[in-house]
Amino acid sequence: MFNASLKQLSLQLTEKKISSTELTTEFLKRIKALNPEYNAFITVNEELSLAQAQAADKMRASGQAGPLTGIPIAQKDIFCTKGWLTTCGSKMLSNFVSPYDAGVIERFNQAGAVNIGKTNMDEFAMGSSNETSFYGPVKNPWDHAAVPGGSSGGAACAVAARLAPAATGTDTGGSIRQPAALCGISGIKPTYGLVSRYGMIAFASSLDQGGPMAKSAEDLALLLNVMTGFDPRDSTSLQRDAEDYARDLQKPLAGLRIGLPKEYFAEGMSKDVENAIEKALDEYRKLGAQTVEVSLPNAPLAIPVYYVLAPAEASSNLSRFDGVRYGHRAKSYGDLADMYRKSRAEGFGAEVKRRILIGTYVLSHGYYDAYYIKAQKLRRLIAQDFAEAYKQCDIIMGPTTPTVAFNLGEKSGDPIQMYLSDIYTSAANLTGMPAMSIPVGFGDKNRPVGLHIIGNYFSEAQMLNVAHQYQLATGWHLQSPV
Amino acid sequence: MTLSVSDVKRVADLAYIEIDEDEAKETLIQLSGIFNLIETMQAVDTSTVEPMSHAQSVVQRLREDAVTETDQRELYQSIAPQVEAGLYLVPQVIE
Repeated sequence: MFNASLKQLSLQLTEKKISSTELTTEFLKRIKALNPEYNAFITVNEELSLAQAQAADKMRASGQAGPLTGIPIAQKDIFCTKGWLTTCGSKMLSNFVSPYDAGVIERFNQAGAVNIGKTNMDEFAMGSSNETSFYGPVKNPWDHAAVPGGSSGGAACAVAARLAPAATGTDTGGSIRQPAALCGISGIKPTYGLVSRYGMIAFASSLDQGGPMAKSAEDLALLLNVMTGFDPRDSTSLQRDAEDYARDLQKPLAGLRIGLPKEYFAEGMSKDVENAIEKALDEYRKLGAQTVEVSLPNAPLAIPVYYVLAPAEASSNLSRFDGVRYGHRAKSYGDLADMYRKSRAEGFGAEVKRRILIGTYVLSHGYYDAYYIKAQKLRRLIAQDFAEAYKQCDIIMGPTTPTVAFNLGEKSGDPIQMYLSDIYTSAANLTGMPAMSIPVGFGDKNRPVGLHIIGNYFSEAQMLNVAHQYQLATGWHLQSPV
Repeated sequence: MTLSVSDVKRVADLAYIEIDEDEAKETLIQLSGIFNLIETMQAVDTSTVEPMSHAQSVVQRLREDAVTETDQRELYQSIAPQVEAGLYLVPQVIE
C-alpha cells in the first residue's frame, strides 16, 4: 500500500478493497511512528484528516468520486488551510491558524482528497536544505546524515519515506525540483500562472509557483489535473481551457529532439551526477530521441539575477508581517515602530532577515537601477536564450543539481554555497517555463541524482510524456529508501 | 561596491528589523559576499534591453466594482495579537 501509485490506490478505493478511512489511518500510523525521526511534518491532525476521509468515503459511496477522492495528500505548510496551523516554517506564524483555504487546498478539497498533514519547509521557502525551518531540519530518507533539499524538504521526504502517497510543493528558485532530486522522487513546477497563488504565502510573487511532488510522472499528471486552473483571486492566474495532463503519457519518443545546454554540462557538475545523467541520456537515445547541443549564454547569471529579484520581491511581500493583525508580536515594546522592529527581529530567522535586507537595499534610493532594473534586463536575456534554444529542440535536459544531497550542517553557515545548489533550477522561475526533476540513479554515498527536464511554456503534457516513457523503461522511480 | 556596518543598520531600519552591533557586523560579512556574487551581473552590457518584470506578458484583469467579501471580522480577529471592541490594538500613535 505504501508503495502504490495514485492510480493503484484509486483503483483499490473504487473496487472497495480499502476505504479512505482505512487508507488514511494507515498513513497516519506510519507518520506517527516515523515522523519523530524524519521531522517531515510540522502539523498532523488525525481528527481533521479522518473527517475528510469519512467524507471521501461518502462521496465514493454516492458515485461522485474523482481519481483523487479519498487519497491522502501531504500539503506544504505554505498553503493556508482553514482550521489548520499554517506556519510557513516560521516562528512569525507559529500561532497562525488560517481562517481560510488557499486556492490549491480548495481544489484538493473539491476533488475529495484527504489532507494528511502540513509538511516542514525552509522558513518562508527561503532555503535549499530545509535547515532554515523554525521547526528544525528534515532528514533525507536515503541517508539520515544528508539534507532532503529545500525548500519543500518535508514534502520530498514524506513522499520518499512513504509517509504520504503524494505531496504539494512550491518552487521559487528550485524548491520543488531540488528536493525531489535529492530525495529520489519526481516533481514538477508548472508554467507560471497555471497553479493559483491565492493563499500560498508569498515569497517572490513573479517567481512563485505551486506544483506536485510524487513517486512518478504518471502520478504528477493526475495531481496537476486537480491543482491547475484559473483563479480570479490570483492576479496572475492564467485563463486557459482545462487540460488532461495525462493525455500524452503513452506517446512514443521517436524523433524527440533533446537540447543539452553546454553551460549546464560545464564545470560545477560533479562526476557522479554527470555519470548518472549521461546514462539517462543514453536511455533516451535508445527510446528514439536525439540529443543536440544548445547554448544558454546568460544562464550562469541566473543565480545573481535571482538573488536580486527574489529578495526584492520578498522584502515587499514580508512587510505584511508586523505583529498587528496576526502572527508573532514581541512581548515588550515601546512605540509602534519599536513594536514592528522587535516583532520582526524575533519572528524571522537569520536567512529570512538576510534576504529582506538584500531586497530592501537593492530597492533603496540610488541602487534601484544598478541592481533591480539591471537584473530585470538580464532576466529578459535569459528568457531570450531559452527561446533561441527551443528553435533547435523540443525539450531541454541537464542535471537538476550540481551534486547529490550534501550533509546536514555542511552548507548552513555559507549562504553563497547554499544558493549555488539552485544554479540549474532558478532560470525556469525567471522565465516562467515549466520544469521537472525525475530520479535517474545514484551518485556518491548512494544518494539520488535527478534529471532536470525543462519544457517550453505550457508543454507540461509533453514533459510528463517524456518522463513517463523513461519511467516505463527504467525502474529508478520505483526504488525506495524504506 | 563596499558595504559598511552603517549601511547594514540603515537598511535594517528601513526594513523595520531591530539589529544590534554584533548582528550588524556578522550580517555585513554575509551580505558583502552575496553582493560580490550579484556584482557579476555588471559584466553584461544591457543598455539596449528592456527590463522584464514578469514571466508572462499578461495585463491586469478588471472586475466589476462589486462587494465580493463577506464580513468575517470575528474570525479574522480571533487570531490577532491584541483586539478590543472589534479594533486591532497597537501602541498609541497620535498624542
